[in-house]
Amino acid sequence: MLSEEMEKYLEERISQLRDQIPDTALQKLKDSAKGYPVELTKEEIDKIVELVVEDYKNSLINPGEAIGIVAAQSIGEPGTQMTLRTFHYAGVRELNVTLGLPRLIEIVDARKVPSTPMMTIYLEDEYKGSKEKATEIARKLEYTKVENVVDYTNIDMASMSIEIHFDGDMLRDKGVSIDDVEKAIKKLKIGEYTIDKPDELTLVITFSNLDNITTLFKARERILSTKIKGVKGIKRAIVKKSGDEYVIITDGSNLEGIIGIKGIDFKRVETNSLHEVESVLGIEAARELISREIKKVLDDQGLDVDVRHIELVSEIMTRTGEVRQIGRHGVTGEKTSVLARAAFEVTVKHLLDASARGDVEEFKGVVENIIIGQPIKLGTGMVELLMTPTSR
Amino acid sequence: MRSASKKLDPTIHDLVPKHEVLSVEEAYTVLKQLGIGPEQLPWLKATDPVARAIGAKPGDIVKITRKSRTGGEIVTYRYVISG
Repeated sequence: MLSEEMEKYLEERISQLRDQIPDTALQKLKDSAKGYPVELTKEEIDKIVELVVEDYKNSLINPGEAIGIVAAQSIGEPGTQMTLRTFHYAGVRELNVTLGLPRLIEIVDARKVPSTPMMTIYLEDEYKGSKEKATEIARKLEYTKVENVVDYTNIDMASMSIEIHFDGDMLRDKGVSIDDVEKAIKKLKIGEYTIDKPDELTLVITFSNLDNITTLFKARERILSTKIKGVKGIKRAIVKKSGDEYVIITDGSNLEGIIGIKGIDFKRVETNSLHEVESVLGIEAARELISREIKKVLDDQGLDVDVRHIELVSEIMTRTGEVRQIGRHGVTGEKTSVLARAAFEVTVKHLLDASARGDVEEFKGVVENIIIGQPIKLGTGMVELLMTPTSR
Repeated sequence: MRSASKKLDPTIHDLVPKHEVLSVEEAYTVLKQLGIGPEQLPWLKATDPVARAIGAKPGDIVKITRKSRTGGEIVTYRYVISG
């Protein structure tokens, strides 16, 4: 509880601390001072603020602390408990999602394509409330080729025609009509032909200028692999209720492909494909996604790891402006020290190349100093001070 | 890079924090305060979609205001490199 005068005083003290202490800590200080059951005096406020500053400074990481090692152990130890649950899949309705250790490895390896790419697409206000409208958009997204809705085809060599029989159930499921298929076929340049419709589920395409069977077979292939609708890479799109709105969850991811589709709230689209986020939204977004995805995996397994360790991982992965994996082709492989690289993988190759190039080992890091039995530069050992003796 | 035909401003997306190009004076003050050279900052490629959206050129320093999980809003910098 604070009197008006004291509240002003506290605000004033807090504003002085803005550059030293993060906002969240100050906000907490303000809230708890206001919520305290006893009215605080000026002296007490001074004391509290002083204690907060001291406590904050005490909990800062010391210069020279080996934060990388601490992060590695803090993620690695709970990670060992995950190994038993390797290849654990949890079904989100009909979709499979890679979780647990395989997913964690995928993230730190910075694979180009995740093993189960997935998007969560949020919709704009006018679409998100209605299941029908959401389903309509979902159908528009699903990548559908002619062959997906075809039951069987016949080739008639006498009249040089292709008979396509459609599967009624598939047509309904994918939300495609025969007219859509006809339109898609008409866009193709496969010579001169006429299209007949003997019944509801059949199209007969008769060619007038094809002279051999090979071209006829080729034409069939072209027709079957024609896209009717959809976004490339999206195999399925499912509408799901999340909170009080409908969202679309897709099997397959194509962030670039869904740009500009009406009804989609691009601002909130989520994907688990790191590489797509990097190329469409930039390196900072990729950094944030790495943090979120690792956190999600760990939370999912019930492992409690401080976010600071995870953020260190994502920070180091995105430092050079592109996503680098933690491993041979990324962070470890680009270390300047020859011995540190040799200690990791393919020892002989690194030593050989280094000697051929005439590389210099500077002994600045941890690994190389341990190899030759020198104290490592950590903590207070980081300081380089030399005494200059003067004559008395 | 991809996406030349479909123009969309990446900065509107939730994952993308606020990026601003610093003026030369501001950049100088920042580096002085940190006591480092520009290349010691994390890098940002000039071809990065966000860098292109805000018009950052190689040699610029970009100020990034992120929402941190632990410290409210935090400010970091990236040095724009060519590539």
